[in-house]
Amino acid sequence: MNDEPAGELDTAAAARRAPVPALTWAAASRRIRQTGLLLLLAAMVAGFTRAEPSFLHLANLMSVLQSVSVVAILGAGVTLTLAVGGFDLSIGAVAASSVMAASYAMVVWGLDAVATVPMVLAFGAGVGLVNAGLIIWLRIPDLLATLAMNFLLTGVQLIPTAGRSISSGLILPNGESADGVFDPQFLAMGRARLWGVLPVPVLLMLGIAVALHVLTQHTRFGRLFYAIGGNEAAARLAGAPTRALRLTAYVISGTLAALGGLVVAARVGRGDISSGASLLLDAVAAALIGFAVLDRRYPNVFGTVVGAIFVGVLLNGLTMLNAPYYTQDFVKGAVLVGALSLTFGLGRRAG
Amino acid sequence: MTAPEPILTLHGLRKTFGATPALADLDLGVEAGRILALMGANGAGKSTLVNIVSGAYAPDAGRMTLRGRDFAPASPAAAARAGIATVHQSTQLAGTPGLTVADALLLDRFVDADAPLFVSRRSVRRAAAAVAAHAGFDLPLDRDFAEIGPADQQMVAIARALSRQAAVLILDEPTASLSAREAARLFSVLEGLRARGLAIVYISHRTGDITRLADRAVVLRGGRIAADLSRPIDVAAALTAMIGRSIDSLAAERRACGADVLEARGLVLTAGAPPLDLTLRAGEVVALTGPLGAGKSRLLAAIGGAVPLAGGAMRLGGKTFRPRSPSEAIAAGVVLAGPDRHRSSFVPSDWPGGSVAETISLPHLRRWFPAGLLWGDRERRAAADAIARLRIRAAGPQARLATLSGGNQQKVVLARWQAEPARVLLLDEPFQGVDVGARADIIDALRAERTTATLIATSDPEEALQLADRIFVMERHRLTAWADRDRFAA
Repeated sequence: MNDEPAGELDTAAAARRAPVPALTWAAASRRIRQTGLLLLLAAMVAGFTRAEPSFLHLANLMSVLQSVSVVAILGAGVTLTLAVGGFDLSIGAVAASSVMAASYAMVVWGLDAVATVPMVLAFGAGVGLVNAGLIIWLRIPDLLATLAMNFLLTGVQLIPTAGRSISSGLILPNGESADGVFDPQFLAMGRARLWGVLPVPVLLMLGIAVALHVLTQHTRFGRLFYAIGGNEAAARLAGAPTRALRLTAYVISGTLAALGGLVVAARVGRGDISSGASLLLDAVAAALIGFAVLDRRYPNVFGTVVGAIFVGVLLNGLTMLNAPYYTQDFVKGAVLVGALSLTFGLGRRAG
Repeated sequence: MTAPEPILTLHGLRKTFGATPALADLDLGVEAGRILALMGANGAGKSTLVNIVSGAYAPDAGRMTLRGRDFAPASPAAAARAGIATVHQSTQLAGTPGLTVADALLLDRFVDADAPLFVSRRSVRRAAAAVAAHAGFDLPLDRDFAEIGPADQQMVAIARALSRQAAVLILDEPTASLSAREAARLFSVLEGLRARGLAIVYISHRTGDITRLADRAVVLRGGRIAADLSRPIDVAAALTAMIGRSIDSLAAERRACGADVLEARGLVLTAGAPPLDLTLRAGEVVALTGPLGAGKSRLLAAIGGAVPLAGGAMRLGGKTFRPRSPSEAIAAGVVLAGPDRHRSSFVPSDWPGGSVAETISLPHLRRWFPAGLLWGDRERRAAADAIARLRIRAAGPQARLATLSGGNQQKVVLARWQAEPARVLLLDEPFQGVDVGARADIIDALRAERTTATLIATSDPEEALQLADRIFVMERHRLTAWADRDRFAA
């Protein structure tokens, strides 16, 4: 009956016997893994600044942050679904169709920002609800349900305009011309700067990052989210309302994806049908790189935002150094593979 | 009925692992046309015996005869050729998804070096049909092995084992993964094989199976035969023989019990099961023992709100109690620690929430942090208290669970459910992988409870005897009082 794993006992015994160890290889490797990505980020900033001093200018740094804000907002939502043991792959399509929905609402229906923004956010929340319904009540695996939803929405967004991008003067499928315009207040969401420095999207990103970080790390709801992701049966036996919490995670994820879409629409100022193309994979990549930041090895909002910034800094710096645009995807992929190897590969051996 | 001549005899079999004798000069005859149940606690020597007969181990001393001739198999394959058919516990391993039942029936033939290289579907099907017919089973030959139920998988394994002119069929815990109906089907198959003159050795913890099937039950303890019972088999005598001492040697003293806490009347666990009654009193420890699959876990889960009841009613402190979820049961003060702590209680150790303190606090977060924010040291204090009270060996409240031994992990589970006062504490197999010292600490903590009614499910009768005031044996959803300290402590 007393089949305690011998290895665990040995390590526990060793830990009791040994005083605080000197800097062993294991401890050093742990330290490296914990701070590795942050150090690399700092090194990259230093390197790019040395090569191109204007990299460190406030305007450029803000433009880096602005360029990653949408990915970070979407990534934060995915992180939440990863925390409950799910995976929301519909966010890219939710963001893209939110771009189209916001544009359609203003250009075709002539609505203003005050009506458009809540409507689009409600659309995102609604998609989250449907996702949760498919996953929780129909018991479709998370990946499949949200991937199917991704396809569905990618197609749906093309239908109202018969596949055309939306801007003022759009000719509708019935031949009429839509003459609404983008509300300037709406465009401010993507273009205005607080105190002339801080772009609104960056502000949104920071606000959401802080709010979700506090929610996941410092509230009992966050504890329950992770408990569900770690062991749903155990969470249920401990009295957690697992269905309601998983549903909440998908609704938050859908809403954030819609917010990301609104920011894109406001920045671009037109309903571009291809605007959401790379958002899904970039957001997922940020969330996965986030596992490696601080060597947490689990989805975390702080890591996701740092992951998004990491990729943004790298791409911005390489662009400044005249690296060709077509190498961008390669660079992102290399970072992802490297970060995951750092966390999981090295982690397993030392840990 | 006079006992027929044994077809397989064991004379003075001895096997020692290190300093521990697994079998000590064992003599046993296995007769054709009868079902012999082999019983014993873990480590009693059952597996060693089976492994020697099926050719996996050679005995240190002693000899065997099969059909009157000397029998000393050099390998499992040799034993199979000589007529010993062994069906191991996990019959899912008899085939793989994607293979048909016919393929699975012939799997060991495909491995033979003299088998033809090319096989046609038709030849496979014909050969498989012959194997199934030889065993006398009707099997769905064309279906995917993964799609058929565990009982059919069991029969595939049995048919395959029998396909080589077997004289003795050894079954290791065949009903462990079967439902009651599937088990009934297996039993009629086994009775058919018995009628054809096969000698069957049936290893099981399930006393219900044994009373239903066995012509004779041999209880092993410490590598010797502790009891040799014939039909009708006296389960209480068999359990007493397994444990090695009689029920009246109860160690602990009965405490004064308080008022009735939980009254369950006419509980029906699954449709068609017999209704059962149970009353739990404050400060009392009640144990349910009995074979796997008897419904112990289901009864605990139903009281704890984890599975719905098919019928019956419960009253908690005099008020109707019908939890629809664990969360409702917990709110009413009825808490359940499920079997297998890693599956029912813990998150992975490197995942958030995998520390001692976080594990203890999970069900109590709403009460301890009503504002939502995890501020203050409520959680850490609770963990530090538990570490001191239950003598948990951990580096501290923040220690990860993986750094604790099994016994200390189980103490953390208990600490979780004792961190807030509960009216009913339900523990399902709380001593799995728990060493003797930790077990004693847990028993002390449970017996120190004065206001909580504790109900424990354990398939080990010895554990039940060590800790309970009252013990029930549960078989096929039926409860029988087995021991009561009032009667035996005097």
